[in-house]
Amino acid sequence: MDMEAAKYIGAGIAMGLGAIGPAIGEGIAASKALEAIGRNPEANGKIAPLMFVAMAITESTGIYALVVALIILFA
Amino acid sequence: MNLDISLAPETLFHITSIPVSNAFFWSWLVFIFLIVGSFFLRRSLKMRPGRFQNIIEMMIGGAFDFVESMMGDKKRALRVFPLVFTMFFFIFFCNLLTFIPGQSAVTIETAGGVVPLFRAIISDYSIVFVMTMVSVIVTQIVAIASMGPLRYLGKFFNFTSPLNFFLGLMDLVGELAKVMSLSFRLFGNIFAGEVLGAVMLFLFPFFLPLPFAFLGLLTAVVQPFVFSVLTLVFISMAIQSEEPEMA
Repeated sequence: MDMEAAKYIGAGIAMGLGAIGPAIGEGIAASKALEAIGRNPEANGKIAPLMFVAMAITESTGIYALVVALIILFA
Repeated sequence: MNLDISLAPETLFHITSIPVSNAFFWSWLVFIFLIVGSFFLRRSLKMRPGRFQNIIEMMIGGAFDFVESMMGDKKRALRVFPLVFTMFFFIFFCNLLTFIPGQSAVTIETAGGVVPLFRAIISDYSIVFVMTMVSVIVTQIVAIASMGPLRYLGKFFNFTSPLNFFLGLMDLVGELAKVMSLSFRLFGNIFAGEVLGAVMLFLFPFFLPLPFAFLGLLTAVVQPFVFSVLTLVFISMAIQSEEPEMA
């Protein structure tokens, strides 16, 4: 198999598998945050920014997979 | 695809064999602007603030309240605030600059060919790596200053039992992993935003890039916040580790 094909397959697998975990994690984070807001709508101003921060951190491993895929493709 | 996506930023010129990339050059302009701007702002401070001073005061005041709530103590918050807020504001400003339209069209002729003059500053991994190392080194210095060097080393090389020794080594690996995770989170988000924007503009430049640009805008605000809040949390944990009774 030549180099170009291997690169494309590698990048595809890296990003494809790497996208599963963060999606599940962020869904759980969002659902817990919405549940908390549902129980206590006045705490919305405190919960929503923290939810975004938690999501940004949860997304990290997906971004690592993306960086690996981009390194495979472009470097 | 005829896209010019490269992981490493393109070199503009060399200063005695150190390559200066386009993102690095742009970052000089940014920090000269920020330093000169804040110098002039400082000179024109009034007791009854005008609109611009009002905005800056709201921003800095809000950020300081947040830092104080996370550190718990006003004196410590005052010591750590300049580093954390400067990192936040620098990364935020750099990210917002990527939304000025028409940047990638400006190219310059260099020895290596025609390269774009502007590039997202945070998409240069060297800049991100240096900021991350500053964060991590400051955290270690704070830990050493608050615990003393022997207790600090004892945290990693713990010879009381094999399990503790193993956990100490894992702590060491964890510190190195902090460097990787902190830098790759910031770099990956911004670089991927740039790549995504380039690919979407290549595929269908009319309405398709819009949702990705909105996502990029959200990322441009959240990622500097996450970077500086994580720095803040690491520093505050490095201080707290010496006072277990102050739970």
